[in-house]
Amino acid sequence: MSNQGPKTLFDKIWSEHLVGQRKDGTNLLYIDRHLVHEVTSPQAFEGLKLSNRPVHRPEATIAVADHNVPTINRQNIEDPQSKIQVETLAKNTKEHGIQYFDLMDQRQGIVHIIGPEQGITQPGMTIVCGDSHTSTHGAFGALAFGIGTSEVEHVLATQTIVQNPAKNMRISVNGELPFGVNSKDLILYIIGKIGTAGGTGHVIEYAGSSIMGLSMEGRMTICNMSIEAGARAGLISPDQTTFNYIKGRPYAPGTEHWDQAVEYWSSLPSDNDANYDHEIVIDSSEIDPMVTWGTSPEDVVSVKGTVPNPSSAKTENKKKSIERSLEYMGLKPGTKITDIKLDKIFIGSCTNGRIEDLRKVASIVKDKKIASHVQAMIVPGSGLVKKQAEEEGIDIILKDAGFEWREAGCSMCLGMNPDQLKPGERCASTSNRNFEGRQGRGGRTHLMSPELAAASAITGNISDIRDFT
Amino acid sequence: MDKFHSLKGIAAPLPIVNIDTDMIIPKQFLKTIKRTGLGVSLFYEMRYDNDGNLIKDFVLNTSPFDQSKILVAGDNFGCGSSREHAPWSLKDFGIRCVISTSFADIFYNNCFQNGILPIVVSPENLDQLMTAAKNQIEFNIDLPEQIIRAGNHSINFEIEEFRKERLLQGLDDIGITLGYQDKINAYEEDKKNKKPWLFKDN
Repeated sequence: MSNQGPKTLFDKIWSEHLVGQRKDGTNLLYIDRHLVHEVTSPQAFEGLKLSNRPVHRPEATIAVADHNVPTINRQNIEDPQSKIQVETLAKNTKEHGIQYFDLMDQRQGIVHIIGPEQGITQPGMTIVCGDSHTSTHGAFGALAFGIGTSEVEHVLATQTIVQNPAKNMRISVNGELPFGVNSKDLILYIIGKIGTAGGTGHVIEYAGSSIMGLSMEGRMTICNMSIEAGARAGLISPDQTTFNYIKGRPYAPGTEHWDQAVEYWSSLPSDNDANYDHEIVIDSSEIDPMVTWGTSPEDVVSVKGTVPNPSSAKTENKKKSIERSLEYMGLKPGTKITDIKLDKIFIGSCTNGRIEDLRKVASIVKDKKIASHVQAMIVPGSGLVKKQAEEEGIDIILKDAGFEWREAGCSMCLGMNPDQLKPGERCASTSNRNFEGRQGRGGRTHLMSPELAAASAITGNISDIRDFT
Repeated sequence: MDKFHSLKGIAAPLPIVNIDTDMIIPKQFLKTIKRTGLGVSLFYEMRYDNDGNLIKDFVLNTSPFDQSKILVAGDNFGCGSSREHAPWSLKDFGIRCVISTSFADIFYNNCFQNGILPIVVSPENLDQLMTAAKNQIEFNIDLPEQIIRAGNHSINFEIEEFRKERLLQGLDDIGITLGYQDKINAYEEDKKNKKPWLFKDN
């Protein structure tokens, strides 16, 4: 990458954070903020202890427990292993002087919800976390990606990461979004188009009028699922929408530095003639509300569509893969998507657990009841999202409709806590992964937007929001 | 970190695409605070039935593949979450080398942190190696020469030089970076002046 000539947003953040080159030819990239949770950090702290190494800059790290935590009865974590993990995080952060939002703190929540909510996430930053959905923070024009536990230890010890530059990909989506189509449909459509390995080795920059017209919540949903397209990071140019969202949040730049920060942030968007290794252009009018039918996030179809037939696959490998997915999902080729009957509804996760998502669900289920055969659960992304929703009366609307109203956490997105599917149960989920066993052994996940999940909760089948009145 | 130089043995064939990290090590095993002991839970849902009994026809449950140090797998291996528990469980089982047509970025990187060599080959070569694995032909992985030998096949592979050196020497990455402490401190001093809001510390 040359220092001359037009640069992409990624190139600009990259060169600003280069500390230098090691003798082995690798680059050391400075990390501005490090988010830590209970599942991928204990071994990193243990590693520091064994090598007698301190944390280089404890103030740049924020910790929270989210993956393991119960969403009911918070006082007591029943699972002894989960309890030990959460307690270990509390102990490690205390020992190293790291800010920790404990379970009783209203600011507790999913790490990728609370970063933006607290104003920790800012444009032009480098942000890492031992979690693949760290890509979420790219919605602010921050270079944010998931790392393994060994790298968590490396960042704690050095505030840097060993990295070589990614390739640049730009996906532009243009035009006004059709009625009933929103950010989740957009990103599912993109993953279906490029595949789960389509972004491997790349950072994806999302651009175009459809993307820039989204709220910060919508942008976060897009960047969140970059990893499902194989890209470690997603990016969206910071603009006035971004600045307005950040201003006044607890960790945002104060008035003494605000103008200076905004001036810098405004210099970050990609230069007009910047070069991309790959470019994809999408017309938003071609996008329908989307649903997954299989066990990979690339297995997407329009809600108006049908379950695919393995015999239509282009390669033998793809055919086998479809057959395996259909068997696991208990689906027959040709079945109309809207004929698929559901057992559970899960609304939440770092993809769709924000206040805007909850408001949409409430507007759809208001004065209605969920189908008698479904169990529906709504898990706010943070304690503050929950509080906000309660202040707006959203919790009452949802409870009246038959939803269970839970405490904040990752919950059934990955089922590390007691919120899990039973074998064979079928779930409409606003989360990000439909892998085999993800939400519980034998559980069957259909990914979709909060709007579709809300409509589906009422009818008991996967439903098209456009038919729903 | 354990060194990796060369490796000889039979390879287990796993001809499934998009093997994700949830498949490699399901969520219930992420509650550990240790790096070791995960091998028994590797590929748990494919290896064990609902009652916890071994599923006899799963490849890693059959002899001689239950002793494999090498895995040959379908495209996009290791996609999904960043959990390093995935390479920890592979290593604890005894797998030190995975061969596929592509790997997810985070998993790929995590392998090198744990002395595991992930090798990318072409689709044609993967087919050949998958067949060789099924036929229990001995593989010989030679990292210094960057060659996989299996029966009549001799396949060259690419690896970035620094990754190769780290594996060959078993280097401690943090130790290396701490040698650049002065540069890191200088970077921070410079940014404190230029972007003070980043140091309005939390």
